Amino acid sequence: MSKEILSRDEINRALTRMAHEILERNRGAENIRLVGIQRGGVYLAARLAGKICGIEGVAPPLGSLDITLYRDDLKLKKGLPTIKKTDMPVSIDGKCVVLVDDVIFTGRTIRAAMDALMDFGRPALIQLAVLIDRGHRELPIKADYVGKNIPTARGENVKVQFAEEGEDDRVTLKREGEP
Amino acid sequence: MDNAAPLGKDLLGIKELKRDDILQILETASAFKEVLERDIKKVPTLRGKTMVNLFFEPSTRTRMSFELAGKRLSMDVINVSIQLSSVVKGETLLDTIRTMEAYGADIVVIRHSSSGVPHLLAGNVNASVINAGDGFNEHPTQALLDLFTIRRMKGRLEGLEVAIVGDIAHSRVARSNIYAMGKLGMNIRLVGPPTLIPAGIETLPGVKVFHRMEDGLAGADVVMQLRVQKERQDSWFFPTISEYAKLYILNSKRLALAKDDAIVMHPGPINRGIEISSDVADGTRSMILDQVANGLAVRMAVLYLLSGARA
Repeated sequence: MSKEILSRDEINRALTRMAHEILERNRGAENIRLVGIQRGGVYLAARLAGKICGIEGVAPPLGSLDITLYRDDLKLKKGLPTIKKTDMPVSIDGKCVVLVDDVIFTGRTIRAAMDALMDFGRPALIQLAVLIDRGHRELPIKADYVGKNIPTARGENVKVQFAEEGEDDRVTLKREGEP
Repeated sequence: MDNAAPLGKDLLGIKELKRDDILQILETASAFKEVLERDIKKVPTLRGKTMVNLFFEPSTRTRMSFELAGKRLSMDVINVSIQLSSVVKGETLLDTIRTMEAYGADIVVIRHSSSGVPHLLAGNVNASVINAGDGFNEHPTQALLDLFTIRRMKGRLEGLEVAIVGDIAHSRVARSNIYAMGKLGMNIRLVGPPTLIPAGIETLPGVKVFHRMEDGLAGADVVMQLRVQKERQDSWFFPTISEYAKLYILNSKRLALAKDDAIVMHPGPINRGIEISSDVADGTRSMILDQVANGLAVRMAVLYLLSGARA
């Protein structure tokens, strides 16, 4: 049985709060670039941009990153991940880049994302926003904005569903081996 | 699709690939095309892997393309140019490639004047073998980059009318393209003098044969000119170069017979004034340099997908 951790409304409230936190910390939206990590982070970045626009009247420019080519575990995986779209339409030089992902776990994805980001320019600073922090970090990486901290066991799975993919927005936790 | 299906250990020919394999390579190549448009055109994906380019025949663009593709993926690349006047014996060849393996080669790219050499090697070494052209047999990455270029320009492949003009019989580019286009539901018109078109080839899927260029070009979406292999001009396949040029050169007058938005392709190197006129080769519908640029993305995709099979 999988257990619901966040409902649609809770996800929405968490994102609203994170949008406010991002604006407060960066004193407005002017220098912000929101960069979502494929796939979930891309949807969340777009939603955060919408909320920031609702608060400040300006939407920060969006980008998306696929980190497959920067992974450190390609040879550990069965088969190869399909490479998804990377799209960085505006310069990140001298800007505050807020990386957005759905779940932070070991931190290795974020390490890869930072390497990828550096190939596109030299941001003034990089911050990290995640919907779920499930612990078990293997690298010294910490999120700046967190929707919800959830203690998990290593073998458990956190599943995030998105309306953008035709499902109901929700986050669930299930044990390893459960359907 | 979250996971790419493994390609297998080697890329020996289009004949051995399934339709979905081809489409997957083209999709993956699109991702690498984006990498090549960045300021920093290099990714760390295949760090620590080694590629050996083993070319037993002259080549500039294919060898450079593989070399650069490997480097853009952070591989270590070694080029071995072998100038040999006599035929290399199978035994010697195997020993050469086993030496490459002893150096730690993960991928060996081979071009050879004899058909089947890459296949022979692939069965005898652990490294992945990529066929960069074997005799009159195949040149799979050229066909893949041609398809990639066509799809980028036309937005689709199925149902397109493609005229391939020239020395079909001795062209590994044509062979690989015929296999690939057949698998993807494209309509192939092979155009050339009877001496340069293999008998019975019209029985392959999607293939029609034309001997008059005007007939073959009418209504085509893509015109692919093959290089006249001048090194063969003493043989009896056609009387003189100038007669061939008169009958089969692609000039603007002939190109006007194809569709208004038809594109022109050529695997290079081109012979200006023999199979293609300069105004067409340098014109707006010429994809010749796009093909070269796209070849890099396609070869990166092949290296990436083969490395997955080796993991």
